[in-house]
Amino acid sequence: MEASAHSARTPAAQPGKKSSRTRSERKLAWMLCAPAVVVMLAVTAYPIVYAFILSLQKLDLRFPEQTEFIGFSNYGTVLSSELWWMDVFNTLIIMVISVGIELVLGMVIALVMHRAIFGRGVVRTVVLIPYGIITVVAAFAWQFAFATETGFVNNLPFIADEKNWFGGHISSLAVIIMAEIWKTTPFMALLLLAGLVTIPNELYEAAKVDGASAWQRFRKITLPLMKPAILVAVLFRTLEASRVFDSIFIMTRGAQNTESVSILGFNQLINRLNLGLGSAISVLIFLGVVLIAFLFIKGFGVKVEEGRPGG
Amino acid sequence: MKVGAREYSLWTIAIALVLIFALVPVLWLLSISLKPPSEITDQRLIPSSISFDNYKSLFEGGWSGPFLRPLINSIAIALITTVVAIFLASFTAYAIARLEFPGKRLILAGALAIAMFPPISTVGPLFDMWRAIGIYDTYLGLIIPYLTFSLPLAVYVLVAFFREIPWDLEQAAQVDGATPWQAFRKVIMPLAAPGIFTAAILVFIFCWNDFVYAISLTSSDNSRTVPAALAFFTGESTFTEPTGSIAAAAIVVTIPIIVFVLIFQRRIVSGLTAGAVKG
Repeated sequence: MEASAHSARTPAAQPGKKSSRTRSERKLAWMLCAPAVVVMLAVTAYPIVYAFILSLQKLDLRFPEQTEFIGFSNYGTVLSSELWWMDVFNTLIIMVISVGIELVLGMVIALVMHRAIFGRGVVRTVVLIPYGIITVVAAFAWQFAFATETGFVNNLPFIADEKNWFGGHISSLAVIIMAEIWKTTPFMALLLLAGLVTIPNELYEAAKVDGASAWQRFRKITLPLMKPAILVAVLFRTLEASRVFDSIFIMTRGAQNTESVSILGFNQLINRLNLGLGSAISVLIFLGVVLIAFLFIKGFGVKVEEGRPGG
Repeated sequence: MKVGAREYSLWTIAIALVLIFALVPVLWLLSISLKPPSEITDQRLIPSSISFDNYKSLFEGGWSGPFLRPLINSIAIALITTVVAIFLASFTAYAIARLEFPGKRLILAGALAIAMFPPISTVGPLFDMWRAIGIYDTYLGLIIPYLTFSLPLAVYVLVAFFREIPWDLEQAAQVDGATPWQAFRKVIMPLAAPGIFTAAILVFIFCWNDFVYAISLTSSDNSRTVPAALAFFTGESTFTEPTGSIAAAAIVVTIPIIVFVLIFQRRIVSGLTAGAVKG
């Protein structure tokens, strides 16, 4: 350990002149990394390959004797079903609206945490509460608040007393989106705050001297300098939102056409035990996530090395 | 800079709005959980009378009751995962933060890719595999996927913290006559502890929160965790909604997390934003 610790501080060895110290350092590094890498791959790389193999079969655990290889026809079934496209549409709607609102709200909260002249500590602490709460619990809280029987929302002014929020497609989705926003805005706000604190204060002072208004300072200094932080935060939240599952499962179980693709996958895999069809859905969801990540990285030039895994 | 009354009141409003936004759903759950069962549907924000019946019925029946076992399962599974994940991740993070080796960037990029991986895509294969090897509906069956998805988080947080540690102090201590073990225990451990603790909190919250695996890979209270158990709560009879018990259970699992968050606020914030943006 000590030998390698020492060489870490020395400049990298010349190519072709690898000392035995560099070699032993590499060996140690790989040994230290191996267990974590194995565990990470065991439950991601291997299962996704396995899911692909399952997806090429007619495989229903209720009728295991009928299992056979059927090529890509499960994909044909999924892609030609109206339900799949409805669920893709729902997932995209939830994703775009919730991430959009979270970005604005998160920015406001980040600014409050950064600039408020008092109470910053309180805000920083309280904002973490939604982050710490189990998503399922948050979903119940919002469901109880909107339900016609138990909810207080219908008692609020300007809201029809008898409105059945979970009786319609749009209003159900609205409540689901609200729950998602509540739960994940803190994370967004904290990521944005991390970007905000890196902006040197002198820039603002200089702009103030030059007579820039608060809005101009925000538009011309804060936003451009925060672009990398914003893109990383949006990428992470978009990918996370594309998995939306817990809130929908708790609030509607997919009633009123509020299913997301994850709920559809779950229903096929676990409720119907149709591993073939369900795996085709799993693989399609995986490809969708890869596509989104690719678009962000190539299209917006997000530097993922600067990012970090979400909470 | 002089603080004008107008600015002061604007900030007060902004802060009040943030507080309301963050707290209302929790207070609503608390309010429902404290209402006597007959008043649960009265739609009042503040209960007219306070009763602990919902909490009592939650723990009725003890071990075979609806809640105690899932609660213990949740705590045990999250704790075991946290310990193992931090143990494995600290090796990896140490190597990444301190050693030069090819494949370093690949490991970091791979960890990031795994953090983005959609869990639902692995649920089918894991369901099938776990049933084949007999760990379906066991602690281990949940701990393994939780480990996979918490390792990237732990590695990133720990790397960010480990990079800040002045490792030269270790050698300085040895020059002063400390043994390598003393140098590690008295110098490095205290410096690394805050980072390790922060990573542990985040991993614990992650495991505590999971729902997809918890309902897909369990089928009974043997290993069902709180989120999954809540989804399957039933009322006293088929026709009564379990609203009161769910609210009480929700409060029981939420209060400790809130206390935790209040105490370790700084750590959590620094962990969540560790390495978020290069400074």
